Amino acid sequence: MSSEKCPDCEALVSVPDDAVNGEIVSCPDCGLDLEIALAGQERTVKPVVLEKEDWGE
Amino acid sequence: MKVSILGGSGYAGGELLRLLINHPDCKITRVTSQRFAGEPLYRVHPNLRGRTNLRFDDKSLATHNDNDLVFTALPHGKSAGLVPQLLDQGTKIVDLAADFRLKNPEAYPEYYHTKHEHPELLEKAVYGLPEIHREDIRNAKLVAVPGCMATASILGLAPLVKTGIVEKEHIVIDAKIGSSGAGAGPSMGSHHPEREGGVRPYKIVGHRHTPEIEQELGQLNGGNVKVAFTPHAVGMVRGILVTIHAFTRGQVEKKDVWKAYRGEYGNEPFIRMVSDNKGLFGLPNPKNVIGTNLCDIGFETDAHVNRLLVMSAIDNLTKGAAGAAVQCYNVMAGLDERTGLDTIGLHP
Ligand SMILES: NC(=O)c1ccc[n+]([C@@H]2O[C@H](COP(=O)([O-])OP(=O)(O)OC[C@H]3O[C@@H](n4cnc5c(N)ncnc54)[C@H](OP(=O)(O)O)[C@@H]3O)[C@@H](O)[C@H]2O)c1
Ligand SMILES: [Zn+2]
Repeated sequence: MSSEKCPDCEALVSVPDDAVNGEIVSCPDCGLDLEIALAGQERTVKPVVLEKEDWGE
Repeated sequence: MKVSILGGSGYAGGELLRLLINHPDCKITRVTSQRFAGEPLYRVHPNLRGRTNLRFDDKSLATHNDNDLVFTALPHGKSAGLVPQLLDQGTKIVDLAADFRLKNPEAYPEYYHTKHEHPELLEKAVYGLPEIHREDIRNAKLVAVPGCMATASILGLAPLVKTGIVEKEHIVIDAKIGSSGAGAGPSMGSHHPEREGGVRPYKIVGHRHTPEIEQELGQLNGGNVKVAFTPHAVGMVRGILVTIHAFTRGQVEKKDVWKAYRGEYGNEPFIRMVSDNKGLFGLPNPKNVIGTNLCDIGFETDAHVNRLLVMSAIDNLTKGAAGAAVQCYNVMAGLDERTGLDTIGLHP
């Protein structure tokens, strides 16, 4: 398990060692969904943006 | 410690009893009520049936001199006259009313319409918010437990005011409070057909919690803080949600707001950041803290109008009154602050 800094709130987000490209992890503090991008040995995370309507509120 | 509760038949007194009956360091010797003198406690607080043999008594204050500490849960104005005698006999006091919350004696005629009986004691009293005054509470003889909506407001704002993230003179606080905040005495405002199903603004300017909030936030940033505070009576029985609109000079980054909250509250046992905005439970809702001493805080930045929006939720009887009193007691007694308060809330 390694960790990456959440770009929104700077909490440490755990990324499993066996994470696959495109896997989504969620920041424990601010809830931001982060998509894991693998390029060779390098792992980066970038926010996933989903537009939501207010049905169900 | 041996403790008494004055005003034990009210809602704040009842909540103190709920929390203290199981408290490992606390022995309740007396609980007062004029109306229910001689009756067992469970006649008024049914949740205590089978948990204690204590009865209400209405003995005079002179009989309280064998206590280490007295909790006063009386209506505003009733404890100011009792406190000097208690202090003289070496008894500590944790007062749940507003009698000793304000440092400026002039604020009492303005907000409470009476002159303070013992203005000389105001400086000696410690404002009972451990998150801000922990060290002073440790050695205090007289602790003034904050107002319930003041607690939610101050805790939501303190890190932002302290770090200067928000403008100090443009803070709008919109509070919603349940009916137990008005005490156990019946009134039209708490009468079920009138209250339920409505959202009733009341005391829309000049509410009594305004000067407390300004006093405490002002001390954090060496200057004037001004808040525009408006409460609403809602149908809940317990609970407070304050929605705070604060403004920033430029755009603020979320990570700086997180830094301010983590810096101030990283080790606080009763503050939870609830700010993931996910699903039903990603922001504070009083329903999720009922019966606990927690304060849930969430926020969002709004670049459209340079607004920093903060939500803060507590149970008015617990973190807003009796829970805070017990937390202060724990600090004064040198105990773990969670003692007697480590409960998990209900769900659903
Ligand atoms: N309710 C809350 O959410 C809340 C939150 C924060 C702080 N507080 C503060 O806690 C204090 C108590 O509030 P509460 O909501 O528990 O009120 P409450 O339910 O009305 O209880 C008031 C208590 O004071 C006693 N009392 C009434 N009139 C009295 C008098 N003239 N002299 C001596 N005792 C008298 C009552 O007992 P008997 O009539 O049986 O003698 C009762 O035990 C207030 O100062 C309030 O501001 C309350
Ligand atoms: Zn985050």
